[in-house]
Amino acid sequence: MVHYPAWDQDEARSIVSGLSHLEGATLPILHALQEEFGYVDPQVVPLIAEVLNLSRADVHGTISFYHDFRTAPPPRRIVKLCRAEACQALGCDTVVEELAREHGIVVDDHGSQEAVVETVYCLGNCALGPSALIEGELIGRANADRIAALCGARQ
Amino acid sequence: MSEAIRIFVPIDAAALSVGADAVAQAIAREAQARSVAVEIVRNGSRGLLWLEPMVEVETLEGRIAYGPVAARDAAALFEAGFHKGDVHALRLGPVDELDWLKRQQRLTFERVGVTDPLSLADYRAHDGLKGLERALSLTGAEIVEEVRESGLRGRGGAGFPTGIKWKTVHDASATQKYIVCNADEGDSGTFADRMLMEGDPFLLIEGMTIAAIAVGATRGYIYLRSEYPHAHKALQRAILKARNAGLLGASVLGSGKAFELEVRLGAGAYICGEETSLLESLEGKRAIVRAKPPIPALQGLFGKPTIVNNVLSFAAVPWILTHGAKAYADYGMGRSRGTLPVQLGGNVKRGGLIELAFGISLREIIEDMGGGTLSGRPIRAVQVGGPLGAYLTAQQLDTPMDYEALAGIKAMLGHGGIVVFDDSVDMAKQARFAFEFCAKESCGKCTPCRIGATRGVELVDKIIAGHERPKNLAVLRDLNKLMTDASLCAMGGLTPMPVMSALNHFFEDFDRPPAERLPLAAE
Ligand SMILES: Cc1cc2nc3c(=O)[nH]c(=O)nc-3n(C[C@H](O)[C@H](O)[C@H](O)COP(=O)(O)O)c2cc1C
Ligand code: SF4
Ligand code: FES
Repeated sequence: MVHYPAWDQDEARSIVSGLSHLEGATLPILHALQEEFGYVDPQVVPLIAEVLNLSRADVHGTISFYHDFRTAPPPRRIVKLCRAEACQALGCDTVVEELAREHGIVVDDHGSQEAVVETVYCLGNCALGPSALIEGELIGRANADRIAALCGARQ
Repeated sequence: MSEAIRIFVPIDAAALSVGADAVAQAIAREAQARSVAVEIVRNGSRGLLWLEPMVEVETLEGRIAYGPVAARDAAALFEAGFHKGDVHALRLGPVDELDWLKRQQRLTFERVGVTDPLSLADYRAHDGLKGLERALSLTGAEIVEEVRESGLRGRGGAGFPTGIKWKTVHDASATQKYIVCNADEGDSGTFADRMLMEGDPFLLIEGMTIAAIAVGATRGYIYLRSEYPHAHKALQRAILKARNAGLLGASVLGSGKAFELEVRLGAGAYICGEETSLLESLEGKRAIVRAKPPIPALQGLFGKPTIVNNVLSFAAVPWILTHGAKAYADYGMGRSRGTLPVQLGGNVKRGGLIELAFGISLREIIEDMGGGTLSGRPIRAVQVGGPLGAYLTAQQLDTPMDYEALAGIKAMLGHGGIVVFDDSVDMAKQARFAFEFCAKESCGKCTPCRIGATRGVELVDKIIAGHERPKNLAVLRDLNKLMTDASLCAMGGLTPMPVMSALNHFFEDFDRPPAERLPLAAE
């Protein structure tokens, strides 16, 4: 389980200025912030805008365009479950149904602070699906019990 | 002490997904407990994914494969003398004799699974860098001509001739040119880019460096999707090693020509695979598709001439430079020259990566190599070419893997991914999903795609519910035509392909009596 430090604007500032020399620095900066704090706090937007000489709207627009970036602290555990075609062919929809029915885990429900199962489309493991990714670890031939266990849910 | 026995345990993400790390640890533990000296090499995957983790042991008779190995098998394997290549229930025999591998024509993937992906010495020992060395002895124009003559077409999906793209950038004059590798690999059913980046990252680096030398570019970026953390690690390490060895940097292999290479992570957006959207993303913006012209070859990254190619396109180039354009062009059929790394996935018994000359039929791949469905039920539909590709019927599987042959049956090859479905699939649901995916992943720039996809979901829902079916089917066909004709890029323009193929080939799924509503008491 990943534990992130609370947002620290000074630390954020040093991350932003440390990467601002890169060509097209916005995404590397956003990734670095999210890696450090688990999310990108909206209070960093004016800072990035100023350092990279962009409008705030540009920076906000970039953050909101991409599925990866979060603007609020993440749940403790995020399991990404592939629901693209090859995993569909291997029954990922059944996994989603069983997670709800047997384990009370609703995919893409961000209500919980503990664990969230999120939909992604293809993890490049299409011959060994259903596939999931948790904290950088790829899981093949996944089923609902396994995913629920990864979420730390009681069986 | 005698020489350590070399044991290969793949570090490919797919192998890791079914326990390869635990296997490597168990083997190390057992070896130590028995005082057997072993060197565990973490190689790429040979692509027999249903046999992962597939472990290989180096013996005097060559490398012997065992698989699929679980951590709990380690003790019994040593018991049986697997470290000497001895018999055990999991023994598959000499790797080079495995039917699945023997049938392939591996050019791009020749080293994947064979070498230690992060050893530059191993890379060199297996003919690595020969292409770049040759390129450094040629003029830019000569390199471009070699690539053109090979007949190589972009492996990312559109199949545009790589040599012509390179020539455009070569002929453009500019203070700065860029080489961009499209490693977004967003298509469902595709994983060849990932396997190559994890299994032979120096090959991609070499291919991009050759491109840079050819057109006079000094900076390059690999735009990698964030869903590939293992490939990210492999590329980062490989680039660092390449730089330390003088393969990248101010003077590539002492040639005086500079090339700097960096990996950049995407952020979970399928549209970033579209090249202009990818460039916007690299520039730090919302990834909204650009209208073409201007083409990226003339005005690409930061407005400068830019080569954008897929991982496999770059990775094919070192072989072409090493062995000559003609040797490459001798593989293939028609206007599809060379080899195609096919990715077989979904409901299939033996899924994985198969590199073959263009022209093999889908049936040979799915039935002979793949062994049919994993569930053992009949094949009903096969989607080729990713989420924007057509669904084919079992009767259409004699079509060869070739850009034109597939276009001839209103399908597409795309990035070479094949996804197999058995007869439990509901094709109306798959058509709905195609629209849903397009609606979620659309960049939003143009109306037919942004609004059309959402309307498409609603229409399919009405049809499934049996609501004014004939009328809504007509509207659906109309909408598909509009999206095909009026979308700015292939996201909106090709979403009708899976939808219409589902509708045309599997109409019965759109014409069932609507599902009974549950009695109120049960709700
Ligand atoms: C919606 C969409 C998604 C795409 N995704 C990818 C991708 O993931 N990888 C890729 O190499 N090309 C992708 N392409 C094709 C690229 O736009 C482009 O043609 C390709 O990167 C050019 O390289 P190539 O000529 O080597 O294939 C996509 C195109 C579209 C329209
Ligand atoms: S077709 Fe869709 S993804 Fe392509 S430019 Fe239009 S809105 Fe964007
Ligand atoms: S479709 Fe699920 S991993 Fe590719």
